[in-house]
Amino acid sequence: MSNPSIPAPGSSGADATGAGATEVTPPGSVILEMRSITKEFPGVKALSDVSMAVRRGEVHAICGENGAGKSTLMKVLSGVHPAGTYDGEIHFEGRLCEFNNIRDSEHAGIVIIHQELALIPEMSIAENIFLGNETASGGVIDWLATRVKARELLARVGLEEEPDTKIRDIGVGKQQLVEIAKALSKDVKLLILDEPTAALNEGDSQHLLDLIAGLRSKGVTCIMISHKLNEIEQIADSITIIRDGRSIETLRVKEDGVDENRIIRGMVGRDLESRFPDHTPEIGEVFFEVKNWTVRHPSVPDRLVAKHSDFFVRRGEIVGFAGLMGAGRTELMRSLFGRSYGTYVEGQIIKDGHELRLRSVSDAIDAGLAYVTEDRKTLGLNLLDDIKRTTVSARLKRITRGFVVDEREEYNFAESYRKSLRTKAPNVDEGVAKLSGGNQQKVVLAKWLFTEPDLLILDEPTRGIDVGAKFEIYGIIQRMASEGKGVILVSSELPELIGLSDRIYTIAEGAVTGVLSREEADQESLMRLMTRRTHGGSQATTETRESA
Amino acid sequence: MDKVKKIFGGDTRQLGMIFALVALIIFFQIWTGGLTLTPDNVINIFQQNSYILVLAIGMVLVIIAGHIDLSVGSVAAFVGICVAIAMRDWNLSWWVGILLGLGIGALVGAWQGLWTAYVGIPAFIVTLSGMLLFRGANQYVGKSNSVPVSDDFQVIGGGYLPEIGPNTGYNNLTVLIGLLLAVGIVIGAMRSRRALVKLGAEVEEAWIMWVRLGLICAAIIGATLLFGSGRPGTSFPISGIILAVLVLLYGFISNRTVIGRHIYAVGGNRHAAELSGVKSKKVNFLVMMNMSILAALAGMIFVARSTASGPSDGVGWELDAIAAVFIGGAAVTGGVGTVVGSIVGGLVMAVLNNGLQLQGIGADATQMIKGLVLLVAVAFDVYNKSQGRASLIGMMMKNFRRNDDDSSAPPPPSAATETTPVSETIRQSS
Repeated sequence: MSNPSIPAPGSSGADATGAGATEVTPPGSVILEMRSITKEFPGVKALSDVSMAVRRGEVHAICGENGAGKSTLMKVLSGVHPAGTYDGEIHFEGRLCEFNNIRDSEHAGIVIIHQELALIPEMSIAENIFLGNETASGGVIDWLATRVKARELLARVGLEEEPDTKIRDIGVGKQQLVEIAKALSKDVKLLILDEPTAALNEGDSQHLLDLIAGLRSKGVTCIMISHKLNEIEQIADSITIIRDGRSIETLRVKEDGVDENRIIRGMVGRDLESRFPDHTPEIGEVFFEVKNWTVRHPSVPDRLVAKHSDFFVRRGEIVGFAGLMGAGRTELMRSLFGRSYGTYVEGQIIKDGHELRLRSVSDAIDAGLAYVTEDRKTLGLNLLDDIKRTTVSARLKRITRGFVVDEREEYNFAESYRKSLRTKAPNVDEGVAKLSGGNQQKVVLAKWLFTEPDLLILDEPTRGIDVGAKFEIYGIIQRMASEGKGVILVSSELPELIGLSDRIYTIAEGAVTGVLSREEADQESLMRLMTRRTHGGSQATTETRESA
Repeated sequence: MDKVKKIFGGDTRQLGMIFALVALIIFFQIWTGGLTLTPDNVINIFQQNSYILVLAIGMVLVIIAGHIDLSVGSVAAFVGICVAIAMRDWNLSWWVGILLGLGIGALVGAWQGLWTAYVGIPAFIVTLSGMLLFRGANQYVGKSNSVPVSDDFQVIGGGYLPEIGPNTGYNNLTVLIGLLLAVGIVIGAMRSRRALVKLGAEVEEAWIMWVRLGLICAAIIGATLLFGSGRPGTSFPISGIILAVLVLLYGFISNRTVIGRHIYAVGGNRHAAELSGVKSKKVNFLVMMNMSILAALAGMIFVARSTASGPSDGVGWELDAIAAVFIGGAAVTGGVGTVVGSIVGGLVMAVLNNGLQLQGIGADATQMIKGLVLLVAVAFDVYNKSQGRASLIGMMMKNFRRNDDDSSAPPPPSAATETTPVSETIRQSS
């Protein structure tokens, strides 16, 4: 392995002042300085005059709305956008750096872990850690040394897995730790984490934050991009806020007494008087009821993903579903939605006094159910399609004569939803791939509102969406409830659940473990119910009656 | 240049292909000293390639849905021999023969669709198997012999529109169809424009529409006169009519019908489609079945043109059809492609073939050139996509274009569409 403190090729013209003199920089000194970074894409200035300084051994958070330029800035820093394609200077460890690619920046000790993990599922943990950096002599890999080193690295990140375990056999939380182990194997000095906890549950998130704190105490500097402000408040030493491609300010968390509201104010440039729009619930009678709902895992027959679940929804009510990741919320909802997940065992769905037998997604849509998936890009949208076609796609028969789509009606509906949901797009012919996350989510909502559902199931509707758009989505959800629809809201963000829901069910290991009213619900009470163990595990639920 | 783009509409990828086709025709017209655009040669191009173009129509749907079909040549040959023998031995009339052929095609397609859609075997494997299976079946049924077909059956491959009415020096029926087509297009454009105005939607300026319509009509009338003025007894070929009907029909199906939308949806994102109520298995089944039906038709057209069905009919057709579809702008990953684009792609190959032949270039060099053209066309596509530009023609126009479509520059949309995050793949599979 080459000495990572050697500046990258291409940076040979480094400024002379830093040469050799400052080998041992004390903690607290500046390790990275980005000066007046300006990056233009054709027609768009993604970054203009962004400057920031990161001190050695700190956790430095970068906050900003989606599209503010955070990721672009990190791409500039890590050499994804090579030197020469941007203006401004990067000084790392006192040297002017001009990275031409990721390899250059990694040589210098800057490692970036992307939100979307770059691990190969069919390869083992050890193979992934040393991928592209193999311990080999003459091209032949030394597996023994690889495993020994992998085991050391796994111990450092607190991951108790065998190095030979395949990546696909471990959860997302552990995969994230493997990514960090991989970074550590490269003698990282500055670790960049892009939304590291976006896909993690609370427990895994906390573990990851603890690990980052541990790395900090061992002298690794971290830059962290996150939308989870509570995490930033908890772990960050400094926060740089970026808005519309400009660096707005850098806050020192302790010295400045920064809290979430302060960060939000910086990100949106104004005070959000409230995180949630005003809403007076008008709750009607029970119209949707699920009884004893039990579903088997699609490929593991003796595992139940939903266990004898009972719940109900009233008209005009927003019902929250809280649970840790893997608790089975998504599985439950998808099994209700026309059995699109798992194998039905027993249970009833009753809507407006009648039992529903939904054997397919189209049955469910016809019965007035709508399900907005948790994962927009892989499950919710065809990114090759445009707004217009997406809007009508879940219930094409509403605008068809015979089998022919009426394009005028298609345009009309798409346009009216675009206006009423305030989707930001030049017109409905725009491709959905070009929209921001918040606007994509509005298109998905439009698509499901177009089916005229009575019950709207929303699975993580605000994941990966910036603060301003979240507020709008909340407003749309409340409007649906006011129109007398029932809304089921599945979310991993407890404040969101508490802020929006009229009632909250908690789920653990596929079973409903409790229900709290709006007044009773707070983070502690929910967390207690979410972590409550169901008695006896899955064996207790094997008496499977065949229901008619 | 901006105006040129407006006139031809928004789809720059297709526009590029049309320009390439026109450029190619002009190039060969000059190089061959005017031999390309003679009535006989143009008719010849159509007759020699109509069966490949028919295949391309089915193939583009297969490819949009995210599959591939390698068996079309063998299926065409198998259906051809079955029809030829049935007609000979049972004395069937030509239309019974055609119906029988389409029926066999549907059965073959159901067989392949079953394995692909409901058993879940990749279409590549299923149709590779079908390629061997039906090639063998062709030789088994026909005992590796050629079987001639009757004269009235030969019309669908080698026939022309009949001469009717007064002698005008042109084939009257061809001219009539051409005129009707031109008038139909003008009326259709005006009606849809009026409808848009009624809706209050943005409409293009009137002159743009008229210039476009003028160009289209000029092209149609030019082609009409070309086809209509050939040797006496020749005119627009019947196979060309079949092809035109199929293009209109499948263009409509792919754009305007529920099944068409579902094909794009399944190819674009199967999971999202399923969670929107699309029955993806049914869609895949129908797409595969449709391909074999069209292969059957292509096989019959070929048999009709060559007057007999033989053991090596249809060898290599699958590759020509697939090449046409990809030159026509379809994506290997599915979800992208158009019927018209594939036809244009097929015509590019056809004109290239024909022009090189006219110049006396050997089959060896012709193959090498065709191979390179396929590579270059798709390479341009891939390169331009990676640059966030639409196409070859888009690249030529970049200095003239307003940058209204790159507003979300920081996360390149192509990255979002092309890479499924590993973590999510894992979550789905676990």
